[in-house]
Amino acid sequence: MPPLSRLLPAVAAGGAVGSALRWGAGELAADGSGFPWTTFAINVAGSALLAALLLLPLARRSAAWAAALGPGLLGGFTTFSATSEQGRALLADDRPVLALTYLVATLGACVVAAIAVGQLAPALPEEDER
Amino acid sequence: MTILWVALGGAAGAPLRYLLGQRLDPRRPGWHLGTLAANTGASLLLGACVGWSLGGTALALVGTGFCGGLSTYSSLAVQTRDLGPRRGPAYAGLTIVTGLAACSLGFLLAAG
Repeated sequence: MPPLSRLLPAVAAGGAVGSALRWGAGELAADGSGFPWTTFAINVAGSALLAALLLLPLARRSAAWAAALGPGLLGGFTTFSATSEQGRALLADDRPVLALTYLVATLGACVVAAIAVGQLAPALPEEDER
Repeated sequence: MTILWVALGGAAGAPLRYLLGQRLDPRRPGWHLGTLAANTGASLLLGACVGWSLGGTALALVGTGFCGGLSTYSSLAVQTRDLGPRRGPAYAGLTIVTGLAACSLGFLLAAG
């Protein structure tokens, strides 16, 4: 493992790109006031791609690239804070069924995606799961 | 310009989450306290951003960029999978309930 002083800039660079891509997806298709489909799709896609990370030879060869692409790019692309805020806003809007459906569906779809893709890809080392 | 503020926030949030994970997450499968702290802190701050009615550059930098980069759903999903059928749902459920509570608290404190 390279030292943190080398891994942190890699994670920062990946986080910048991932966050910008998430913003871009929101510009293309804003979430609107119902089920937040854009954020849902971002989180499911990001979870599947993190589970698939070690199918990429570059990520298997280089710990810095794995950190840049996993915790960096995909960690920055996906968002937990937005799902919390969307759940809070739906509850405040007196739509508890939609709020619960959204939170449970996001978790379920993301974990199922990680399990399904994980059947094909090598397991990630712990440090790339963060 | 907005995209640059989002990227800058993400460039700060993501390595902070990684550092929390390296310091507080377990070596072997167990409770991922670092990731839980990152997701909870980001939810608290995003709730406050909405409570303060932040918009424009400030929301792009702090809300979309920093909070989005600090929090993660991809790690939550893979960690939940690896914790197995008993501890996984407990970890994920705790994360979601804590995140919702932190976000509501941030919103209420900021909205006054």
